[in-house]
Amino acid sequence: MKPTDPSITWLEEKPLGLAERLYLPLFVSGLTTTARHLVSPKVTVSFPEQRPKVGNPLIYRGVHRLNRDDEGRVKCVACFLCATACPAHCIDIVAAESPWPDREKYPESFHIDELRCIFCGMCEEACPVDAIELTSLLDLTGKSREEMIFDKEKLLSVYDMTKDAEPMKSAALGGTL
Amino acid sequence: MPVVIVDGQEIEIGADERLNCIEAARRAGKEIPHYCWHPGLSVVASCRMCLIETGQRDAATGKITMVPKLVPGCQTPVKDGTVIVTESETVKASRARVEEALLIDHPIDCPICDKAGECLLQDYHFQHGQPERRADLHPFSSRKRDVGPTVTLFVDRCIMCTRCVRFTREVAGTAELMVTSRGAKEEIDVFPGHPLDNKLAGNVVDLCPVGALGDKDFLYQQRVWFLKREANVCGGCAAGCSIHTEHNQDTVYRLKPRENPHVNTWWMCDEGRYGWHHLHDPARVLEAGRRADHARGSKAAFEPVEWAEVVTRLRSDLKQAGRLAVAVSPFLTVEEAWMLCGIARSIDPEAFLAPGFVPVAGDDETFPGGFTIRGEKCPNRRGVEGVLAQFNAGGRSWGDLLAHVAAGQADAAWITGGYPTPWLDDVTAGMFAALKAVVVQDLFDSPLTAHATWRLPAAGFAERAGTWVNVAHRAQCFEAAIRAPAGVWPEGRLYWNMLGRRGLYDPTAVRRQIAESSAAFAALAGDVPAVGIDLRIQQLAST
Repeated sequence: MKPTDPSITWLEEKPLGLAERLYLPLFVSGLTTTARHLVSPKVTVSFPEQRPKVGNPLIYRGVHRLNRDDEGRVKCVACFLCATACPAHCIDIVAAESPWPDREKYPESFHIDELRCIFCGMCEEACPVDAIELTSLLDLTGKSREEMIFDKEKLLSVYDMTKDAEPMKSAALGGTL
Repeated sequence: MPVVIVDGQEIEIGADERLNCIEAARRAGKEIPHYCWHPGLSVVASCRMCLIETGQRDAATGKITMVPKLVPGCQTPVKDGTVIVTESETVKASRARVEEALLIDHPIDCPICDKAGECLLQDYHFQHGQPERRADLHPFSSRKRDVGPTVTLFVDRCIMCTRCVRFTREVAGTAELMVTSRGAKEEIDVFPGHPLDNKLAGNVVDLCPVGALGDKDFLYQQRVWFLKREANVCGGCAAGCSIHTEHNQDTVYRLKPRENPHVNTWWMCDEGRYGWHHLHDPARVLEAGRRADHARGSKAAFEPVEWAEVVTRLRSDLKQAGRLAVAVSPFLTVEEAWMLCGIARSIDPEAFLAPGFVPVAGDDETFPGGFTIRGEKCPNRRGVEGVLAQFNAGGRSWGDLLAHVAAGQADAAWITGGYPTPWLDDVTAGMFAALKAVVVQDLFDSPLTAHATWRLPAAGFAERAGTWVNVAHRAQCFEAAIRAPAGVWPEGRLYWNMLGRRGLYDPTAVRRQIAESSAAFAALAGDVPAVGIDLRIQQLAST
């Protein structure tokens, strides 16, 4: 778009009025803000002794989990759509023929590099079977890089750990599965 | 010249060309969607996707009379004055209805379907389908049926175009596949006890416009949108089929035939299709090694040598040994063979040059559709022989080289390979035991390795760049699809450096040089089209 484009409206800056030129009223209004924050309640949390309050767990984007179906099997069908959608290329899946008759393939291995992940939630959005979800777990620590590459078992255990506090999102968000 | 009018655009076609509406429209840049029609198979006009409006322009008055109903484009030949309308509202509505009808019985399991991303049903739905689905969704899975050792059929995904059935009947001539039941219950199946196991079986997977036929070798390995493709040439036999090597992160996942009317038309054989697994075999020779003369025959290991050192030391070793004999493998490209001969003659001006061993397995096998699998299991015998003729070593064979060595006329030998399968017996290999220096450059260890003083790795077919000349003297140029494994210099790179040339190995520069210096390869002087060049025709034209 060029500066001469007719869809651009150019505005002139208004000349300063008497109050602005006196400087004092603006000075007072600034100091008022400062004073208000001095007396208002504190919002800083002393993490980790104090836990921050997560707003809506349905839309919070924390550590991933792999959901299980009714029979306790991994829900994932190894379609690679999360890996395709992932902008950080942190998901690595090896697909294999599924041992169960009701589905064609399943993930033989499923790795997420939590250090590489940018927690954008695209994987969750891409998943056609609501198998991968982001929980509201937010403190993610580990002693080595290897430890931070979560495998299938680890991701399933995150589900086991969080399933009571956070049921599968799909029902609440109008999912079909 | 006959004139065809496609959507108001007049195009000329050849006087004796027999085109249908799809082909004629393609000339005008209009793609008519189709499932069941394939240029290499008979016409059945069963999918109804290519329905279009046609008419005829009266030559005398110029008045156009349209056919009152839609006709299948695949079945309607064009002639002078044929009018084709591919974009009218009637045609569009018809396509949307066909798409809807096909999708009623389709499981829509695209996320777990291996065809997703290269599926015509998917593509056409986005291009020609309607956004809303009026039918219920079927279960999110497809019944699976084993139809042969390499092919799996996903029954519910099939749209009954019968391309696969026609292929086995018309091209492979084995007719394993058939249609069972009738109407809405139609299914593809094999006759009991007769699985789909002919040598061209893999082509039915390429032909399948949807995800119904899956290649067991590729199934679940990789989603197709991760794959990158490089135009390559199959190194499995002397036919030199044009292929696409599909790879990701330097790993080959599958080979697909590339259309080339002069070589393989649309097909390739299963032997070639699955003949890439040796590229990733852990047993491959992966580093250059040298050992002293006295250590041969024993189990003494090769000492690894840096490639920069190989370039100088190999030359001095061979020079020291004396009279040189070189086997130029039929797996080398023309460029590599030419450089190798040049190096050999610069080391020993009297060097004995001969073609390497030519593996042969049975006779040529021609199928009813005209496709031929060659018995000669190497891609470039013609090219190597042409290069050798240029170095006054024409008309020789691997046997001549063995006789030359047996007669004690050589002190050193440089045996190039690239053979994906074992090719040499212990007795033949033993003939090289007495030589002072033996350089073995091959993909895998062979009995010859025991007698080698130098062991050099070779590149696999997808790792080479250059030109191969097939059985019909057609030269096809190609680039490397993947990089050779770490530690391996492809032959071209080694020879390029041994010749003291600067920069990266450039097969095109070498090719130009060969074309300038040789009448046999003169046709390669300019840019070579993707379908290759017939060297003989160019020779006839130049004489």
